[in-house]
Amino acid sequence: MPSEAEVFDKVKTCLVDALGVDDDEVTPTASIMGDLGAESIDWLDIVFKLEKTFGIKISQSELSPEDILTSAEYVQDGKVNAAGLDKLKQRMPFLDLAKFVANPAVNEFSQLLTVQDMVRFVLSKVN
Amino acid sequence: MRWFWFDRYLEFESGKRAVAIKNVSLAEEHLHDHFPGAPTMPNSLIIEGLAQTAGLLVGEAKNFERRVVLAKLSKALFYLPARPGDTLTYRADVQEIREDGALVHCTSHIGDKLQAEAEIFFAYLSGKLAERFLFQPGDLLTWLQILRVFEVGKTADGGPLQMPAKFAAHNRLVNGA
Repeated sequence: MPSEAEVFDKVKTCLVDALGVDDDEVTPTASIMGDLGAESIDWLDIVFKLEKTFGIKISQSELSPEDILTSAEYVQDGKVNAAGLDKLKQRMPFLDLAKFVANPAVNEFSQLLTVQDMVRFVLSKVN
Repeated sequence: MRWFWFDRYLEFESGKRAVAIKNVSLAEEHLHDHFPGAPTMPNSLIIEGLAQTAGLLVGEAKNFERRVVLAKLSKALFYLPARPGDTLTYRADVQEIREDGALVHCTSHIGDKLQAEAEIFFAYLSGKLAERFLFQPGDLLTWLQILRVFEVGKTADGGPLQMPAKFAAHNRLVNGA
């Protein structure tokens, strides 16, 4: 079972390769889209690299809860409601939602996922 | 004008790999100015040829039902210039095909020398983008026939690659339309 530090190092390598960022930019608190500049098209690349590196399978909905964020049941006036937040917590337990809960605007969601969240996600898959 | 950047397939194995050739000719007008006195096939067009070689492979893997776009070039290295008279052999090896996209490793050789290599991501479009009109089915079929896909193509289990049924009505070579 790999340690958190080992997983972090490998996740970092995947992100450096996929996004062309420098090693030292990939800190635990860096947001993958906001700070590291990932675009939606990069997700495919990142997911492939993570799958190959860790021997895991990742489905699109695990990292990109589009179905929740576009659902009239969970989104009102551009904000995720309480039921939607519960659903997100359930789907993405590795994600630190504290900041998002304060302002659950759908268009802010993509900026949330940090390197540390991704490490937690991978750890949940490999263990 | 059409945007054809390789000449034909030599091998085509459904969902796995393809080999194609591109003959570089001084008759191609873009070589006259690129560069004056030193005609060199632009690397961007070699990438386009590799992407076409691989992209049709990725499209065929879903029976040409899904719309395929080049999403990302994660690596592209060039080792040699390609000049008039050279035959470039393009190879596309599928690393993985998923529901949302595919990763293909591509190489270009001149003889046995590695001329270029690239790692190309393709996305299968969904939603509104997937509905946009791009090709007449007859045009796509004609292109595939020019490239000899159905002459050299093999299915994943080694049988001859069949023309998808939806294309049959557009088969100008048979219908003479």
